[in-house]
Amino acid sequence: MKKAFNIIWLALILIFIYVPILILAVYSFTDASMVGGSISYFSFENYLNLFKNEELRNMIFGTLVLAFVCAAISTVLATIGAIGTFYSKKLPKTLINTANQVPVVNADIVTGFSICILLIVIMRVGKDTFIPLGIGHVVLTAPFVYLSILPKLKQMDNSLYEAALDLGATPAQALFKVVIPQLIPGILSGFMLAVTLSLDDYFITTYTKPSTFDTISTYVVNATKGSQTESKTALWALSTLIFLVVIAVVIVMNVLASKRGKEKK
Amino acid sequence: MKGLRFSRSQLCIPYAVFLILFVIAPLVVIVYYAFTNGEGQFTFDNFINFFASTNTLGTLLYSFSLAIVTTLVCLVIAYPTAYILARSNIRKKYVLLLLFILPMWINFTLRITALKEILSLFEGNISSYPFLNSVIGMTYDFLPFMILPLYTSLQKLDNSLLEAASDLGANKLTVFLRVTLPLSVPGIISGVTMVLLPSMTNYVVLDMLYNSTYIMGSLIGSYFSSYDWNNGSMISLILLIIIFIVTLVTNRFSDKDANNRGAIL
Repeated sequence: MKKAFNIIWLALILIFIYVPILILAVYSFTDASMVGGSISYFSFENYLNLFKNEELRNMIFGTLVLAFVCAAISTVLATIGAIGTFYSKKLPKTLINTANQVPVVNADIVTGFSICILLIVIMRVGKDTFIPLGIGHVVLTAPFVYLSILPKLKQMDNSLYEAALDLGATPAQALFKVVIPQLIPGILSGFMLAVTLSLDDYFITTYTKPSTFDTISTYVVNATKGSQTESKTALWALSTLIFLVVIAVVIVMNVLASKRGKEKK
Repeated sequence: MKGLRFSRSQLCIPYAVFLILFVIAPLVVIVYYAFTNGEGQFTFDNFINFFASTNTLGTLLYSFSLAIVTTLVCLVIAYPTAYILARSNIRKKYVLLLLFILPMWINFTLRITALKEILSLFEGNISSYPFLNSVIGMTYDFLPFMILPLYTSLQKLDNSLLEAASDLGANKLTVFLRVTLPLSVPGIISGVTMVLLPSMTNYVVLDMLYNSTYIMGSLIGSYFSSYDWNNGSMISLILLIIIFIVTLVTNRFSDKDANNRGAIL
């Protein structure tokens, strides 16, 4: 009885979560122009449009480049920052940890708006240079990379670094050959997190982007408000593709993680 | 590189500079703009504008009620879900958990597009029930962020405490109310912060559902579109203060190590 209730409850929630995504996926393979509309034949037209339509292609490519470049910059910056802060005195440590917490708890819209005012309104950095957009995404993502490296630093055996120095390594060598290799899991998960945060962002992007540039988020928002059917149905295909990619990535990450877990045992 | 001599704590300098320039400075600028007018003169006008206008106060009130209702709905759905996932002896429950939080990594604008299509299918004109649909939309968007921290805290629960309680004569309800629930408070608190603040500011969800919005975030959006930086900064400052208060309150209860946006990756 209780078990049946549990299963029904979980099933209901899963239906709530997945029915919209799956229905959209089904319709993405048809010629229908709206969900619930008439279907006369099945087609891959929406998927082909994603690659044929230049506007859509550029938008997807731009979103990915932005996410990976910013995630890479954030990862380097936050990794070095986390190592440095970890070995700093108490006061700078507290200050940096607190400042790092600001973009994490702050609403994205306030982060985006404040960066827009500082860089675009006051310092008059052109939006078209992509500098405000890039900085915005690094501000959004770097603190999360920092937070995913911190636990690895706490777990690290401190004496290894000292030993490397005693054995004649320079601080730089000890850093690259001893400290950073031990942080790799944290650095990798921080990088992945940065990519997903950047891909999902809407607010920081709207307030800092060049007017001719769109990411998936800003493009989708404009498309749902407008009535262009072709790009609207192509977005159903995009949604389905992203869903499949996310499933694939999650499966691969977990298979790798369980393998690593087994090797340790 | 080999000749480079530095102490490890100096490595925090680039990150510290970055945080000062792009995290702290923008906030200082927001405060300055909030208390000046277009000519840069000191004024309380923006402050008075906010609290004297029924429009902005109404928006604040509407935001609060929407955010609180959304948070409660998320909690009511997420708690039993997380409880079943964490406490029952379903095999491979980790995979099941992944199913519930996987939407986190799908672009939220695409998910809302899917939801909008389904809601229109059921309701016809979705702008007839703005409050209800706002709650559904926000819940759909934020539910995974509530399930994950609850799952984490319920998963960590020490079984022997529950057994001790029932050995000492407590019935199931008492065990839940006096042991399980109090011990899951850190999870509840971090789930609530993950949902409460975004549902006050994420106006895009409402914008996409029915093209008009009445929450705090949308005020910033409309001042941004009309280049009114001063009033926009005042709204940002008010949001910052709300966020600060919420963070201050929740920090006393929350789990220090939880980094919920990336706990799985």
